[in-house]
Amino acid sequence: MTITEKILAKASGKKDADPGDNIWVSADILMTHDVCGPGTIGVFKREFGEDAKVWDREKVVIIPDHYIFTADEMCHRNVDTLRKFVKEQGIKYFYDPGTPSYSGVCHVTLPEKGHCRPGEVLFGTDSHTCTHGALGEFATGIGNTDAGFVMGTGKLLIKVPASMKFIIDGELPAGVTAKDIILRIIGDIGVDGATYCAMEFAGSTIESLSVEERMTICNMAIEAGGKNGIIAPDEKTIAYVKSKTKKPFECFKSDKDAKYLSVKQYDASKFVPVVAMPFSPDNVKNAADMKDFKIDRVYIGSCTGGKIEDFKMAAAVLAGRKVKVKTFIVPATVEVEKAISTEKIGGKTLVQIFEEAGCDKPAPPSCAACLGGPVDTFGRCNNDEICVSTTNRNFPGRMGSKGSQTILASAMTAAASAVRGKITDPRDV
Amino acid sequence: MSHHMIKGKVFVVGDNIDTDQIIPAQYLNLVPTNPEEYKKLGSYALCGLPDKHKARFVKDGEFKTEYPIIIGGKNFGCGSSREHAPVALGAAGTKAVIANSFARIFFRNCIATGEVYPVEITKEDLNKELKTGDEVEISLERNELKVIKTGKVHKLKDIGDVKEVIESGGIFSYARKKGMIK
Ligand code: SF4
Repeated sequence: MTITEKILAKASGKKDADPGDNIWVSADILMTHDVCGPGTIGVFKREFGEDAKVWDREKVVIIPDHYIFTADEMCHRNVDTLRKFVKEQGIKYFYDPGTPSYSGVCHVTLPEKGHCRPGEVLFGTDSHTCTHGALGEFATGIGNTDAGFVMGTGKLLIKVPASMKFIIDGELPAGVTAKDIILRIIGDIGVDGATYCAMEFAGSTIESLSVEERMTICNMAIEAGGKNGIIAPDEKTIAYVKSKTKKPFECFKSDKDAKYLSVKQYDASKFVPVVAMPFSPDNVKNAADMKDFKIDRVYIGSCTGGKIEDFKMAAAVLAGRKVKVKTFIVPATVEVEKAISTEKIGGKTLVQIFEEAGCDKPAPPSCAACLGGPVDTFGRCNNDEICVSTTNRNFPGRMGSKGSQTILASAMTAAASAVRGKITDPRDV
Repeated sequence: MSHHMIKGKVFVVGDNIDTDQIIPAQYLNLVPTNPEEYKKLGSYALCGLPDKHKARFVKDGEFKTEYPIIIGGKNFGCGSSREHAPVALGAAGTKAVIANSFARIFFRNCIATGEVYPVEITKEDLNKELKTGDEVEISLERNELKVIKTGKVHKLKDIGDVKEVIESGGIFSYARKKGMIK
């Protein structure tokens, strides 16, 4: 069996789980946020009654992160709906905006706060819930109705996905990051190349990556249509998880004779920095081949590219240089925000490096312009801007106006592009 | 859901119509379970399509579409897990989306909510053959789509093992029927 099949079998109390089986699995965590939480609560109350209680008040994790720093009244009302629900239900984990418990982007918050553990099942009302497969668990995005169901029962009927294996071996050249690996794979198989499937990543390159970089890879499994991304846990995973939580967990890995829908092998030493051009994450080109392409702004942030390591990589490129275009820095969480003002490169903090390079002052942590949002959202493309971004989607209008264009890149490529005002391979600055 | 025959005008779109095009993120402050906001979501359905689409799915100032059927290409509904997407389409009066393939979460949300039927085409690219405004008739019993003008009949894929969930009226009724919940 594959790691995905083993986790699902355990969660359904069965010995086996075969691709295509429809099984009821128990959830270990249900995460929701301000965009889908109110609707989920609406479904929960409609179906289970006004006085119903969630199945486990310690397993429902609520992380408002999308529309936080906006004047939009409806957005505030939605966060208030969450507050009221948390109080009435006695929900234990709630990261409330405007209070010391506020954290920021859900997918960076979940592992930081110890809610991700190997071998578990995590459902979230957000498609990038697949991020958490990087910690060796089954994690997938669901809609409000399914989430309302989980809220009441702790269970969900799901179809066991067939697994596709991606084996990446070899040493990554300097300037090439996890983001380049996943964009390359999506470029290869297409935005529907893994529809309904589990994407399992393995090989010496994956093993060499940090847990955060592995998260970048699994984060974008959904961009190939995947149901989940997954990486078998190793010592790094275990050390990371143990540093965040005392809860016990169980590690699984795929059997040698596990069955895969397909197996693809890559030689990482041949990888180069890439970008995904508008308007699709699979429109992948070598950054060096696009070096004359002018851009208007750069955005470094989100669950994909707004983690501590992303900012370290960006700062390494920006140190001692100046940006030519407007450059937005949006730490994903409060913890990342703290880290960029304490972590140093060459005696300077990352924040100092960004400031000296001429970037905009870092914004408070949230999803911000990653998904456009209300018109007053920080960094939103309100006109026809062309933006190189460390986010994960570049369909029409993703970062704001319909006329804007998003080019997906790693933090290094984004930083290098900011320096030249054109798409740039980070090795060329 | 009990519309086994669906008849009306089609609205034709291309491949990879993502959830931001179906319902742009700025409208996600609307909560689908509030009836007033549900209705409003309908008025924004497919308003994120690039301007090269001349026909509007829902006209300015209206809440309902004149097109009960959407004809898409590959990977319809890719992107986010927002249930606002099938809900916006359903609220606008869409009955079915016929496409070459669907993104997983969108497909699942259609079924869980019972808002629209997501049906796959067996072979041909219907979105190349049909034009917005063409009239068709769909039978979900026979898995067929008939083009009224030409009389040509296209085979649709059987919706498969989720049929039982749809027929029960979504995940909640299904679970109740199976005795999973009260
Ligand atoms: S940062 Fe972007 S992709 Fe990540 S959860 Fe927020 S909106 Fe979604």
